[in-house]
Amino acid sequence: MSVYINKDTKVIVQGITGSTALFHTKQMLEYGTQIVGGVTPKKGGTEVEGVPVFNTVDEAVEQTGATASVVYVPAAFAADAIMEAVDAELDMVICITEHIPVIDMVKVKRYMEGKKTRLVGPNCPGVITPEECKIGIMPGYIHKKGHIGVVSRSGTLTYEAVHQLSEAGIGQSTAVGIGGDPVNGTDFIDVLQAFQDDPDTYGVIMIGEIGGTAEEEAARFVKENMDKPVVGFIGGRTAPPGKRMGHAGAIISGGKGTAEEKISVMNECGIEVAETPAVMGETLINVLKNNGIYEKCKTH
Amino acid sequence: MNIHEYQGKEILRSYGVAVPNGKVAYTVDEAVDAANALGSNVSVVKAQIHAGGRGNAGGVKVAKNQDEVRTYANEILGKQLVTHQTGPEGKEVKRLLIEEGCDIQKEYYVGIVLDRATSRVTMMASEEGGTEIEEVAANTPEKIFKEVIDPVAGLMPYQARRLAFNINIPDELLGKAVKFMMGLYQVFVEKDCSIAEINPLVTTGDGEVLALDAKLNFDDNALFRQKDILEYRDLDEEDPKEIEASKYDLSYIALDGNIGCMVNGAGLAMATMDTIKHYGGEPANFLDVGGGATTEKVTEAFKIILSDSSVKGILVNIFGGIMKCDVIAEGVVAATKEVGLEIPLVVRLEGTNVKEGKQILNESELNITASESMAEAAQKIVELVK
Repeated sequence: MSVYINKDTKVIVQGITGSTALFHTKQMLEYGTQIVGGVTPKKGGTEVEGVPVFNTVDEAVEQTGATASVVYVPAAFAADAIMEAVDAELDMVICITEHIPVIDMVKVKRYMEGKKTRLVGPNCPGVITPEECKIGIMPGYIHKKGHIGVVSRSGTLTYEAVHQLSEAGIGQSTAVGIGGDPVNGTDFIDVLQAFQDDPDTYGVIMIGEIGGTAEEEAARFVKENMDKPVVGFIGGRTAPPGKRMGHAGAIISGGKGTAEEKISVMNECGIEVAETPAVMGETLINVLKNNGIYEKCKTH
Repeated sequence: MNIHEYQGKEILRSYGVAVPNGKVAYTVDEAVDAANALGSNVSVVKAQIHAGGRGNAGGVKVAKNQDEVRTYANEILGKQLVTHQTGPEGKEVKRLLIEEGCDIQKEYYVGIVLDRATSRVTMMASEEGGTEIEEVAANTPEKIFKEVIDPVAGLMPYQARRLAFNINIPDELLGKAVKFMMGLYQVFVEKDCSIAEINPLVTTGDGEVLALDAKLNFDDNALFRQKDILEYRDLDEEDPKEIEASKYDLSYIALDGNIGCMVNGAGLAMATMDTIKHYGGEPANFLDVGGGATTEKVTEAFKIILSDSSVKGILVNIFGGIMKCDVIAEGVVAATKEVGLEIPLVVRLEGTNVKEGKQILNESELNITASESMAEAAQKIVELVK
């Protein structure tokens, strides 16, 4: 089991003919992901990497039976691409694109109300269920199939955590990058709920960063609704206030959104927080041992 | 992106949002001419820098005649203004806003921000104008009223009325207050603002509702479609290294330490800074080379780090996803050859094309300390700069 995606998930790539999308389409195919089609307006009827290209998402879905899409289209057109996928009633849209204007995302969120589609991202590395399905830009080879759920606002920190786990023989059920923007689709709580409901996930690493209050809300959710162990990490302890640290959402403003505040709420809610990113794996392993489920989580 | 108060007021005026008459001045003579042209009895001389708290720092003066305008302009222009937002070194005042004085009856607060929890744009208003809204939120949160705005409908008049009633705008000025708020919302969405804050909004003796101050910040990600806003950018207000970085699409923020960092991914870049600090070092910068970096970009990133004379060592920490390790390695080699490297360099590579990347570094015969993990890399660089 896993959350959101598995070996049967059929995926289309929006913006497939762009250079980044092409590179990652190849990587996803090599990983074994079922990439069944791509969409680039006016390139319909052609083929790239052995994958048929369509003019519209509707057409791609109709012809291929895809249930998920991954969006690589440039920021100026990304909101439109997401809405096209929502309109085609896909189960899942994963938006990799960064630098989407925030007002566009406010509209996207409003547009999605009452629709069936789940959006992950934007500005995220994607979602991977190891050894089954990789949708996004993460390096596949660092992942190992197993029982730890990973959820994160940061791409590279997710890789860091996953790498530490795999090296220690602890596999992952699914890793979800929710993205570093202030307005995103799936949030920590959505993913935590999914991990709680997944019988194959035994523990969770949650990686947050400065800005907003999503980590605090997630921590309270963990306390009230989860019986699986959750450990955390928060990036940006040394970030100066008022400066946007790369991610559009990573900013301490008006004294709100500091790492200290987040870590203290997480601790209060029983979430152990790793002191440095170098010990995210170690922190989880200790908690697994204390909960008597370390052996169960070990994959070799 | 931030702009000056006078620029913000220009934008507001163009949307029919009431602001006092005023003119920008770069010299003392221009300031006096501006006051003459305004022809009001009282003028206000306001320092234009990208920081709040100007009034308390002596950057805003009320002049009762032209001589006083000259005196104050002389005093403020060229001054290093130190406010609670500028840092101890302050900011040099190069522009003034000369504005007609007005007969203030009462000060209010109106602001528009994105509410992350609801993913909606939200208008806030308070009767406690002139005080920082964070302070009001901390001390008297019940005095802040909010309206969450549906992006399809936009701010509705009933919402603006409700805010106006809640903050006790006099009935006879209700229409003007509503018009003001509706216009401000229009500016926010059409110009891709990230903040639009009017503090204070004032009612005047002659029955006006005016923006006495205006703070407009813009969403950097939307500047591609806001060319007129981009015209307002004042490079004097930005760190030269940050300007250079932005030319190459690098996300760079100068800090006070001595260990330069080059990292891919904002999260990892922040965490790298944290780790350096954890082992007793001080990061000199935040630098995210981003996902689609080229050799050229990496070279420029390196040059920017090295242009900071306080940098005594560099840590490169890469976990390749989109970013390929061999591209980073090539960039590092090219940059060190081009600029010459006399300080310690620790490189940690992991992820996509890591083997190729490590090979490039090994074959370069450069003095590079390779590291297998982030903790080890941080410890090494902290040790090397001691």
